[in-house]
Amino acid sequence: MAEKTITPEAVETTVREALAQFGPEPDEIKLEATFEELDVDSLDLAELSQIIEDEYGVKLKGDDVGKIKTVGDAVDLVVNRAG
Amino acid sequence: MTQVVVTGIGAVTPLGVGARTLYERWLAGQSGIEDGEGVATEYEPKEHLSVKEARRADRFTQFAMVAGDEALAEAGWSDELPYDSTRVACIIGTGIGGIGTLEHNHDVLRDSGPKKVSPLAVPLMMSNAAPGALSMRYKLRGHSYGIVSACAAGAHAIGTAASLIRSGAADAVVTGGSEAALTPLSKAAFAALDALSDSGISRPFDARRDGFVMGEGAAVLVLEDADKARERGATILATIKGYGASSDAHHITAPQAEGLGAAQAIDQALQSAGLGPEDIDYVNAHGTSTPLNDRAETKAIKLALGDRALHIPVSSTKSAIGHLLGAAGAVEAAATILALRDRMAPPTLGYEEVEEGLDLDYVPNTARALEVNGHLPVALSNAFGFGGHNAVLCLEAAE
Repeated sequence: MAEKTITPEAVETTVREALAQFGPEPDEIKLEATFEELDVDSLDLAELSQIIEDEYGVKLKGDDVGKIKTVGDAVDLVVNRAG
Repeated sequence: MTQVVVTGIGAVTPLGVGARTLYERWLAGQSGIEDGEGVATEYEPKEHLSVKEARRADRFTQFAMVAGDEALAEAGWSDELPYDSTRVACIIGTGIGGIGTLEHNHDVLRDSGPKKVSPLAVPLMMSNAAPGALSMRYKLRGHSYGIVSACAAGAHAIGTAASLIRSGAADAVVTGGSEAALTPLSKAAFAALDALSDSGISRPFDARRDGFVMGEGAAVLVLEDADKARERGATILATIKGYGASSDAHHITAPQAEGLGAAQAIDQALQSAGLGPEDIDYVNAHGTSTPLNDRAETKAIKLALGDRALHIPVSSTKSAIGHLLGAAGAVEAAATILALRDRMAPPTLGYEEVEEGLDLDYVPNTARALEVNGHLPVALSNAFGFGGHNAVLCLEAAE
């Protein structure tokens, strides 16, 4: 599959759609929402990393993923990594 | 000796969701088998589990969670555990574990490459996923592990659970068996082994039987130290009077033809219960509907129970739901407990043609009242597995 162009908007959409599959209600998935609040855990983040790599070709390492706390952190990490 | 009692039962089976649904429909002669399979068609994950719970659990673990919720609610455990959580164990049997997850991820590996295999593959497919999920769900912090002994696993789990309580290692155990193996690979593999029924009919002990019909589901029981259960005022459903286990040491799939290993397990179950053949009022047979099992099991029952074998009802739950593999022993123990409560022998459905030598009272097609003359009825529940594993539970109705 061709990789998507990384823009903050595109990445945010991908992250929101991925997290919504994992269980949180879509309207709870705000950029400032913490993974703890959303009950998103390390296994969910491993799945999210796989989706990000698949769509954008960006590899997120375990260390990076361990540091992010919010939905916005995840979007920023992907966008910054691409930059 | 410490007695072990059952205070809660739950089940998901091809006859519906709920232990009583299973028992009542079986008693009424209903079958959960359609088109040669026992699918748990009434189970709808969304009715019982959140999105997250469902996607974090293979179907076999989901069945155990739903059966567990029912069992704990009946035991009065839903809001709070009545014991120190480190004294509550969780032992769940399965034959194959999360084979649906394994097959799906193998498809992904083959079609899309290793990077697409799900991070959830291992935690969903592992055979101990069900006890892991239940111990987390109910905050059970005592011993927890899976039991793997093919089609004897559910009975081994309950027997092991009772032994943990008797030994003093636990005050209570959430136990049972679960299986969801109606998948393309597993169906093809059992068919290749010539174990499955070509006719798609499960008719244990009948001369026309031609193999087993695969089914899926789970049963979970709450077991407690009898004194502690009474102290907390629990409603007691049955007593696990005895447990016997043995090995054929004979053949990887075929039972020992004279039923020697199975008879040894029945003997041991009686001995550990402090009972004799004359005390047994009903046998819930393994009764798979395979030519070999039903013949060897009939011999085993006669060998272990002597003349008494000819005077007690023997029936097979598999005639109504098919063979639930690693869940079978637990589901059948659950159904047996409810039958003992009502003093009933549920029927062997589809039984019509007698085979020479298979001459027990198989309770053909219609349920019948047990003749118990006022005493508490006692039953044996048999489960035997590939590998030559035999497990027999001795169950007594509650007062």
